Amino acid sequence: MRKVIKLDGDICANCAAKIEDKIGKLDGVNSVSVNALTYKFTLDASDDKFEDALKRSIKIFDDIEPDCEVLA
Amino acid sequence: MAKKNRRKRKQRRIVIALIVFATLELLQPTGVYSGSYGLWIEFAAFLVPYLLAGYDVLAKAWHGIIHRQPFDENLLMSIATIGAFALVFFPESEPHMAEGAAVMLFYQVGTLFEDYAVGRTRRSISAMMDIAPDHANLLRDGELAVVDPSEVKQGERIVVKPGERIPLDALVVEGESQVDTAALTGESVPRAVEPGVEVVSGCINLTGAITAEVIKPYGESTVQRILELVENASEKKARTEAFITRFARYYTPIVVLSALAIALVPPLAGAASWSGCVMSALIFLVVSCPCALVISVPLSFFGGIGAASRAGILVKGSSYLENLSHVETVVFDKTGTLTDGTFRVVAVHAEEAYDPDLLLSYAAHAEAFSNHPIALSVKESYSGVIDQEQIDHVEERGGKGVSAHVRSHTVLVGNDRLMNDAGIIYRTCEVVGTILHVAVDGEYCGHIVIADVLKKDAKQAIDDLHAAGIRRTVMLTGDHERVAAAVARELGIDEYHAQLLPQDKVSYVEDLISAASGKDKLAFVGDGINDAPVLMRADVGIAMGALGSDAAIEAADVVLMDDKPSNIAQAMRISRKTMGIVWQNIVFALTVKIVIMILALPFIGIATMWLAVFGDVGVSVIAILNAMRCLALAKR
Repeated sequence: MRKVIKLDGDICANCAAKIEDKIGKLDGVNSVSVNALTYKFTLDASDDKFEDALKRSIKIFDDIEPDCEVLA
Repeated sequence: MAKKNRRKRKQRRIVIALIVFATLELLQPTGVYSGSYGLWIEFAAFLVPYLLAGYDVLAKAWHGIIHRQPFDENLLMSIATIGAFALVFFPESEPHMAEGAAVMLFYQVGTLFEDYAVGRTRRSISAMMDIAPDHANLLRDGELAVVDPSEVKQGERIVVKPGERIPLDALVVEGESQVDTAALTGESVPRAVEPGVEVVSGCINLTGAITAEVIKPYGESTVQRILELVENASEKKARTEAFITRFARYYTPIVVLSALAIALVPPLAGAASWSGCVMSALIFLVVSCPCALVISVPLSFFGGIGAASRAGILVKGSSYLENLSHVETVVFDKTGTLTDGTFRVVAVHAEEAYDPDLLLSYAAHAEAFSNHPIALSVKESYSGVIDQEQIDHVEERGGKGVSAHVRSHTVLVGNDRLMNDAGIIYRTCEVVGTILHVAVDGEYCGHIVIADVLKKDAKQAIDDLHAAGIRRTVMLTGDHERVAAAVARELGIDEYHAQLLPQDKVSYVEDLISAASGKDKLAFVGDGINDAPVLMRADVGIAMGALGSDAAIEAADVVLMDDKPSNIAQAMRISRKTMGIVWQNIVFALTVKIVIMILALPFIGIATMWLAVFGDVGVSVIAILNAMRCLALAKR
C-alpha cells in the first residue's frame, strides 16, 4: 500500500533526509520519501504492516522535527 | 495556514530581538558594562535578546538530545552560542556575550530568509503548474450546469467558453476556436480546433465557444497525469542528491568530534590556552552545518525540473535530469520522431507535353474512391474539386495501383509493375520516396513522388545537438535503406540502421550502451507508441508528442509535450545548467567552510564568530539564491 500524506510545518532538508533514513529501516516499509520542498511524505509499506509503520513514522517525525506535523 | 502564522510570529520575535540587541550595543560607550559588576551586567543584558531569538533553537536541541537525535544544526548552534556566553567564566579571556547573541540572531535571520527563498521557489513552480481547471460547464438535458471537473463522466458533453480552461480531454463536436496550449507545451502559437478534433485538458480556449464530448474521466486526464508526474518528480533522487545526503550523515558527527578534539587536546597538552581552543572549536561547529548543501541541491533540481516543464519538457525525476547532462549519444526513431509520420506529395514530375496540375488531377480522380494513405496524400495535394461524374470503371490492381476512366480517358496510376504490365515505358526518379506513375490512354505522362516529410525543426534539432557537443547521433528505422540514407544525409545524422524490427532496435541500443564508456549516457528518442521497450532500455528515454498518448508518459523518462525534436537540445541545456549550478554550490559551500575551519584552528586563530556565521547562513543564502536561478532556465 502506498500513501501520500501532507506535512504541515517547516522541515529542514537535513532532517527530512534523517527521517527518511529512519523510516526506511522500519519493518515492512518498501520505500519512503520525505519531500521538504513539496511538504509531502510518501510511505509505501506492505498492507498488513502499513498502519503500524505509519504510527512509528509519525513518532519519528515528532522526535526529529517536532515543528512538522504529519496530517495523516 | 498554520505555517504562515508561525513564520510571521517568528519574524516579529526576531525583529524585536534585533532591536533589543542594537540598543544594548549602543549602550556600550556609556560605560554601563565597565564597573566592577559590569561584566555580569553585560552577561545578563545580552541573555535577553539571545533567549528571545533563540529559545526555540535551544528547545529543539534539547528535544534532540532527549530523543537521541542530537547531531542537527540546532544543537550545533546551541553549543556554540552557549559556549560563547560561557567564556565569561574563563577570566583570562575576552568576553564574547555580544557575539553569542549575535550569532543566534543572525542564524535566525538566515533561517527566515531560507524559508522565504524556498517558499518562493515552491510557489513559482506551483504557479507554473497552475494548469488544473476549477470547473466544467456540463451540458445536461439541454441546460448548462457548472460542476467540478471530477463529476463529469466519460461521454457527457461540456461547453468551453472563450477564455476558459479546457477541463477535460474531449472531442469537439460543435464550434470552432483557437486553443492556447502554452501551459502544456510551451508553444506560443495557438492551435486551431474544429469538430472532430481532440482538445486536451489544461489548454485555454481563446476565440469561440466549443461543445465537446468528454473522452476520459478527470482522474485519467492529461492535466491530472502531468500534475502527478511533476509533483512526484523530485522523489526519484539524483546520484548527486543521494551523495549529499549520505555525506551529511557522516560529516556532522566528524566535525563535532574534531571540534571536541580541538577544544580538549591542545590545552590538555599545555600547548594552547583553554579559551582560545574552545573558541576555535565553537567556530568549527557553527561553520560546519551542511544545510547549504542539503537544501540547495534538491532545490536546484526542483527548479530545473520546473523550468523544463515550463518549456513543455516533463522530466520524471532528478536522476533523469542528471543523466541527461551526461548524454553523449542520441538515438532517434525516424517515423513520427524526425518525420511527421504522414505521407505527402513531395514532387510532381510531368513529361514535357503535360501540365503538372493536369497530371495531379488525373491521379486524384483515379484514386478518388481509395482510402489508402498514398491516395489520400494525392487527393490532399490536388487543389481542384474532384468531380465524381467524370469517373468511371474504377478498378483496383492490388499491390500495383489503380485504373479508371476519367473524362473518357483511360488512366493508369501505380507503381513500376503496373507500368510494366501495360507495356508502358516510364522514367525512374532521383527523389527518394514512393513513386506513382501516371499514364493516360497508354501514354506515359509523368510521376508523382510521395514521402514521409521531415519535421520542420528536425534539421535544427540535430544541428543543435551537435553544437551542444553530442558525439554521436544515430537513427534507427524500420524503413527502407534508401529512404533512411536520404533522411540521414539531409539531417546530418552520423549513422543509421534501416529495415529494423522493434526487437532489433532494442539490441542496437543495448550494443551502443555497452560500447559507451563510463559516465557517458545514451538517450533514445521515440514517439512513445511502438517504442516502449527501447525507451525503457535507454539510459534516458525521451518520448515525443505526449499530448494524448498515455503509453509515452508511462514508458519514458523525459516527455516532450509537443512534437518538436528541437526541444531535446533545450532539455539538455537545462539539465547541464542545473548540474552546473548544483556543482557550483557544492564546491562553493565546501570551499568556504573548509577555509574558515582552517582559519579557526588554534594555532592560526584568525577566524571570528562573525565569519563563522557567514560560513553557515551566509553561504546557505548564497547557495539558495544560486539554486533559484534554475527556475529561470526556461527562457532562451
